[in-house]
Amino acid sequence: MDTTTIKNNFRSEEYQINMGPQHPATHGVLRLLLTIDGEIIKKVEPDLGYIHRSIEKMCERDSYQQIVHLTDRMDYLSSHINNEAVCLTVENALQVEVPERVKVIRTIIAELTRIASHTLWWGVMGMDVGALTTYFYGFRDREMINDIFEETCGARLTMNYNIPGGLMFDIHPNFVKRTKEFIAHFKTKLPEYDLLLTGNVIFQKRMKGIGILSKEDAISFGASGPVGRASGYSCDVRKHHSYSAYDKVNFKEILKTEGDTFARYQVRILEMWESLSIIEQLIDNIPEGDFFAKTNTVIKLPEGEFYEKVETARGELGVYIISTGTKNPYRMKFRSPGFSNLSLLNHIAVGGKIGDLVATMATLDLVIPDIDR
Amino acid sequence: MTNEALQNLISTWIPELEFTEEKSQFLNITVQPEQLHQLMTQLKSNSETNFDYLFCLSGVDWGAALGVVYHLESTAHRHQLVVKVKTEDRENPTFDSVWTIWRTAEFHEREVFDFFGIQFTNHPNLKRLFLTEDWDGFPLRKDYVDEINMIIK
Amino acid sequence: MNITKNIHEWLFSLMPEATASIVEMVLIAVVYLAIFAVAGLYLVLLERRVAAWFQLRLGPNRVGYQGLLQTMADALKLVSKELTVTIKADKFLYNLAPYFVIVTALMALSLFPFSKEFQAFDINIGIFFLTSISSIGVIGILLAGWSSNNKFALIGAMRSGVQTISYELSVGLSLLTMVLMTGSLQLSQIVEVQKGGWLIVQGHIPAIIAFCIYMIAGTAETNRAPFDLVEAESELGAGFHTEYSGMKFAYFFLAEFINMFIIAAIATTVFFGAYLSPFGITDNIPLLGVFWFLAKTLVLIFLMMWFRWTFPRLRIDQLLVLEWKYLLPLNLLNLVIMALIVLLKLTIHF
Repeated sequence: MDTTTIKNNFRSEEYQINMGPQHPATHGVLRLLLTIDGEIIKKVEPDLGYIHRSIEKMCERDSYQQIVHLTDRMDYLSSHINNEAVCLTVENALQVEVPERVKVIRTIIAELTRIASHTLWWGVMGMDVGALTTYFYGFRDREMINDIFEETCGARLTMNYNIPGGLMFDIHPNFVKRTKEFIAHFKTKLPEYDLLLTGNVIFQKRMKGIGILSKEDAISFGASGPVGRASGYSCDVRKHHSYSAYDKVNFKEILKTEGDTFARYQVRILEMWESLSIIEQLIDNIPEGDFFAKTNTVIKLPEGEFYEKVETARGELGVYIISTGTKNPYRMKFRSPGFSNLSLLNHIAVGGKIGDLVATMATLDLVIPDIDR
Repeated sequence: MTNEALQNLISTWIPELEFTEEKSQFLNITVQPEQLHQLMTQLKSNSETNFDYLFCLSGVDWGAALGVVYHLESTAHRHQLVVKVKTEDRENPTFDSVWTIWRTAEFHEREVFDFFGIQFTNHPNLKRLFLTEDWDGFPLRKDYVDEINMIIK
Repeated sequence: MNITKNIHEWLFSLMPEATASIVEMVLIAVVYLAIFAVAGLYLVLLERRVAAWFQLRLGPNRVGYQGLLQTMADALKLVSKELTVTIKADKFLYNLAPYFVIVTALMALSLFPFSKEFQAFDINIGIFFLTSISSIGVIGILLAGWSSNNKFALIGAMRSGVQTISYELSVGLSLLTMVLMTGSLQLSQIVEVQKGGWLIVQGHIPAIIAFCIYMIAGTAETNRAPFDLVEAESELGAGFHTEYSGMKFAYFFLAEFINMFIIAAIATTVFFGAYLSPFGITDNIPLLGVFWFLAKTLVLIFLMMWFRWTFPRLRIDQLLVLEWKYLLPLNLLNLVIMALIVLLKLTIHF
């Protein structure tokens, strides 16, 4: 037989495999349709909508205070920051000036939320690549933050602490003390994270050089948050469009240039250190004053269009309100960070192996309710 | 660049643009559907404007017209801009796709198609994104009626 | 107090020679089966408690005193499960596959010298027999994947097959390195030689290298983490035993733990002196050798469990690169060094 006949008889075929919608690693309900040739991925097609709850349509008939409660359920790991986004948009539209105390407290709780989200991400990241113990270590630290929130806000996951104009109630008397204890505790644990996972040779071989995203692609795909920053794209909303008390604190924006999975991992670990430093700068100097500014019971935004951005743990969340002067918005659009981050999955995963896809997806840190809204 | 400088520069490219800064914190440009792709390409490629970051693409049902709102930002100059495009055709609304200019538009335009029914020419994969393939109607339009699922107060 | 010798003589005095030897063999088989089926169950419980200890939690401690009856309860549950068979599965091979795996595992157990008197089968090609038996186990895995008629099971079985046959080389070569010092493949001979000091001490540097390579390759042989791509690839299915349930699944599961015991027991015999106590302190007390053997084996099993709960997983191509590009050349080099050391009489003797 000549070589072409042999090649035709042994031609390899591509086959399709489903990943999800149930995952063992709490990414959420995402179904990926993979087209694979042997071990190499040829195409990744996400199938969304499993947790679509039509939040944007519901916003068109709810009052602004009710809308704040809906945003908790979008990216539930940074629920406080989502609430803050809507509250900021409404306050800027009404031109209401919130007291300094509110701004500082909002910043502290936002940074604690960011640390909680990143510890959960770290635990799940280890689990995805096979180091099953990291899940428990991450959750141990997250539980301490949840306990602090439970005392002040009354909830552990969907916090509902912000209202347009300020906060729902003042912080608990124990808040400052417990936060300081947490900072001291976490500073000893974060090097442990490095010891367990970052320095491990097997882990580094699984992560370095995988899923490379260049800076131009990051900007074109709209990547934000740690995904964009790991490719060298400076996109921190806290620096470029400062809100709350971020202009009063000193913190670095973590940038890496390699753009691979390991760079995204390192950016998040270093971000946790920066969050600790922000909390430390603010926790001792919370200004006295009111914890809310007076607004009407029925909030009516003036006619016009309003847009605000905040930096959640995943990236840039944008809230776009078109108002016709009534008590409900005419159109409310949430620009979610996960949506843009997911769209680049096909671009960076093609050509790699299935194991690489798992590691890459873990570092994109997707929360599907954020994408599906 | 300030909004005024932007307005001066962009109005030299295409004469029929409408500029406004009322009721919005950004400079708003309303463009006709035929000139959309040309305007967008120039906004990105021109080195003084350099709008390389499309950070929000929303579909809006304006009552009589259907439209799309693009929020643009430049990572180099840090100025922002809003571009709006509308069409009165509610049966078959069509605009040009901008996914070749900003790759993020691929998924955002699918979402707009899913909820508003607006078609985009030259889109690689214009299918519904969130809803199932056989869903009837476009939910975010103002005239959408669903007796079972919608609770109207 | 030579129990085995007494029973042997009693049986032979009771019946003609042929039947006596058959009865003796059946008796030994039943005893081993009973002990190791139960031992497998307790190894599972040990794994769960050790995992819990690493993960800052308690583990099963409710069923029975400190959870000792937990695996018994799990086994009862497994026995009562519905035996599903897919219509398109190749019935004969589908039913045959688990037996390959569990029978070879149990056969290998019969060679170990638990004590001077307790060794069921002292064949003169001991080490060779052990490595060949584990090779037959691979056939079971491939049959399971193929006959399930399920593409995920097939992928898992192929990966597992590739992994096992690659790492067998390293296992065999590292054991061969130690055999250079003993001059015999027979397990009781190997233990005799270690009366002058454990082999890992006698062989110093090349023996330590051989031990490290053996532990890595042994962990890969049993498909445990960090080489558990096959079974913990839970994103794509449960590997080659996706389509099995009930008792057949229990066979695969048990076989994994018994394999772990076998790898640890071989290391104990060849490197750490089997039933000999350190410095020969209690060698005069009969039957205490069993305690020493089990203690050393349990330490090595703990080491393997420690690997599982600490390290991330290797990708399949990284796994194969590790074997073919790093472990195999290192092993061959080590073999040459050991040969030189034995030739030049540089081993440490006591």
